[in-house]
Amino acid sequence: MGIEPGRLHFSWISSAESTKFVDVVNDVTAGVKALGPNKTFLKTEAKVA
Amino acid sequence: MLAYIEKIKEISRRLLQEGNVDMVIGFRRGTVPMMNEPCFVKTPEDVDNLVWDSNCGINLANYLTNRQEKIGIVAKGCDSRNIVTHIIENKIKRDQLVIIGVPCKGMIDRHKIQAMFETEIEHVTELDDKITIKGVGFEKTLEKKDVLQDNCALCIHRNPVIHDELVGDLVDEQKNIDRYKDIRNIETLSPEEKWRYFDNLLSACIRCYACRNACPLCYCPTCFVDESRPQWVGKSIDPIDIRTFHFLRAYHCAGRCTDCGSCERACPMGIKVRLFTKKLEKDCLELFDWEAGMTLEKRPPLDTYRPDDPDDFIK
Repeated sequence: MGIEPGRLHFSWISSAESTKFVDVVNDVTAGVKALGPNKTFLKTEAKVA
Repeated sequence: MLAYIEKIKEISRRLLQEGNVDMVIGFRRGTVPMMNEPCFVKTPEDVDNLVWDSNCGINLANYLTNRQEKIGIVAKGCDSRNIVTHIIENKIKRDQLVIIGVPCKGMIDRHKIQAMFETEIEHVTELDDKITIKGVGFEKTLEKKDVLQDNCALCIHRNPVIHDELVGDLVDEQKNIDRYKDIRNIETLSPEEKWRYFDNLLSACIRCYACRNACPLCYCPTCFVDESRPQWVGKSIDPIDIRTFHFLRAYHCAGRCTDCGSCERACPMGIKVRLFTKKLEKDCLELFDWEAGMTLEKRPPLDTYRPDDPDDFIK
């Protein structure tokens, strides 16, 4: 739909795979930080209650 | 297709007279041209209100949801596939229905035709494959094949997939149709181009929900857009809210949409909303070899699990 591919990530991590979880979270956050703030998927008008 | 009407009336009258059904759902003439409207016929005397021509694009399966009566329903290819989907999803029982199958040669696109003329169209008549349009100061005859709804031009299931009665001989199915050319074009766009493409596509949307209301799949008692606790999506016409609505609605139709075109037909702004549902239809066909509403025997891909389901997107 026009979101950069690096912003969305799917992983299958078992509750026993704590190290994989840490690695994935670090990778994803680093990847998203590298992309910078999302400038497109933002509302421009006043928020509706 | 015009010849079908006598047969539709004859079958409907018989069903109502014999008490096999409580009502027949079909079409009657609309108050404006090219807009036939659904009607519920409950007595044999009212059967003469029924019509059939190339303006019966609305999907009648939409009117079956949770009904308790015995119903006769007029069904084109796409309606019949949505009836199958309704039965699979427990929205109606097969033995409540007498399906009056109509082999279909496509419906005409009111948006396309209106766009050809600057002033209001007052009369539309058809004979065989010719459509005659009349208004103040003009009269023009068009070839039906040039003004078909986009989904009808690409249709590969014109004949009803289930029926109890049939109003005419089955028609030849269209072969060698490339259904997904427009979708492939969108898929090749970069994320930025896609963003702009959908911005333009949806810029006319007024959030009237006509697409949702015309859709036989959208039968939730409370739609996610109407929910206020929690509020899933903003109710404004902010482009982000509009985009969220259209994408989420399309995803709710994944593996269920039959490309009947009711959403696009209903849209007062002429937005090509089928582009969303068709992408999911294409994915379901490619990933799960699935076409919605073709059989009562198989469960749809989204409520079955197979160990070999594609999962390349999970890293």
